[in-house]
Amino acid sequence: MFPAAFDYRAPTSLDETLSVLKQHGEAAKVMAGGQSLIPLLKLRFSRPELVVDIARLPGLNTIRRDDGHLAIGALVRHVDIAGSKELAKTAPMMVEAANWIADPLVRNRGTLVGSVCHADPAGDWGSVMLALSAEIVARSAASERVLHSSDFFKGPFETALKAEEVATEVRIPVRKGPSGGAYLKLERRVGDFATVAVAVQVELDGDKVASCGIGLTAVGPHNIKATEAERSLDGKEPTDQVIAEAARLAAEAAEPKDDLRGSAAYKKDVVRVFVQRGLKTAIARAKEVKA
Amino acid sequence: MKVTLTVNGSDRSGDVEPRVLLVDFLRTNLRLTGTHVGCDTSSCGACTVLIEGEPVKSCTVLAVQATGRSITTVEGLAQGANLSPIQIGFHEEHGLQCGFCTPGMMLVGTSLLERNPNPTEDEIRWAISGNICRCTGYMNIVKAIKHAAMLREAATATTREKAGAAPGGQ
Repeated sequence: MFPAAFDYRAPTSLDETLSVLKQHGEAAKVMAGGQSLIPLLKLRFSRPELVVDIARLPGLNTIRRDDGHLAIGALVRHVDIAGSKELAKTAPMMVEAANWIADPLVRNRGTLVGSVCHADPAGDWGSVMLALSAEIVARSAASERVLHSSDFFKGPFETALKAEEVATEVRIPVRKGPSGGAYLKLERRVGDFATVAVAVQVELDGDKVASCGIGLTAVGPHNIKATEAERSLDGKEPTDQVIAEAARLAAEAAEPKDDLRGSAAYKKDVVRVFVQRGLKTAIARAKEVKA
Repeated sequence: MKVTLTVNGSDRSGDVEPRVLLVDFLRTNLRLTGTHVGCDTSSCGACTVLIEGEPVKSCTVLAVQATGRSITTVEGLAQGANLSPIQIGFHEEHGLQCGFCTPGMMLVGTSLLERNPNPTEDEIRWAISGNICRCTGYMNIVKAIKHAAMLREAATATTREKAGAAPGGQ
């Protein structure tokens, strides 16, 4: 299997990349590691006239601490996240999630930002971004926009990114209070897409929940932020009853379909169970940080 | 489009369309047919090669992406007539049945032992989790990689002795 013919550019500066994108618009497709795009090209689901390979751009393969957030560059791979000491400290849920992405070989080439922009409804990173209230930095020749993850995912393989834009980094807010997270994934075997997965992040204020983020994978047209469930925890002491109610609300937010991985009813119930477990794990981890 | 890369230590180049996959470039242009095409959908790992020492699926890399990079294929494992420890391991422990997944398994094993010379069984199983053996001969593949780790350890000890260092010394 090989893709339909396309032209290929591998710019060596961001300015060059942005001017190429401005010139070619919808006809161009940006590629980082290619682990999602190349399969799409081979199956001819995607037939761009031009592939713009950003792998040779300088300065985009770093994880750096900035003012109040961690900035993860567009060329940081899943394997880099899995091994990052900085992330193990500030956003350990990302390290946990990275080890669930595809398989070790794909993790050696695929990138976080590429995966987020690919916006597969069964993709893992989208839910993690939603749970962490991450932002995506979009650059074009004319401007720079910072998009909140909750405004980013529009539909299956559809994002708020414009054709002339490239996502240069994601920003993960650094929590001030004690916080913990968990990524739970049900997959049939290594490398398969999730049947269901759930990302949960909790920040505590004393014995109460200061804030909470819940992202759902593979149960809707895009990664879903379970807003009602998140709000139900705000300012409350996370008793078993409060957690069970949040889990019920999260399952209500899910819009799964019957498919070969399970029935819609089954998937909704997995969401409920995973959110319940995830909240308990995240809270326990937040308390460990505090202790 | 011109592609220039290093394959098993030699500079190689070719003129290909951008859509040509690395695995096809290796097999068709360079006639290195040890790298296999299995599923062709990034699922099975039969096409595994090392790029800068890291295992990747060459059916999901464009040849043009590999320009300037250093590639190792199964043909690059042996040093002349001498098999590499991983090859001896697969031979001794019968780590293959039909042999189709073997090049990928050996390259993943080679890369693992470079990073982690003494892996646990669990670590070996995680390392090969992106590579499918359709004969399901995983037990012997795991044993083969363990055997290779032992051979490497023994070779390192011998080198140390030859160099006059105290055996087992730090």
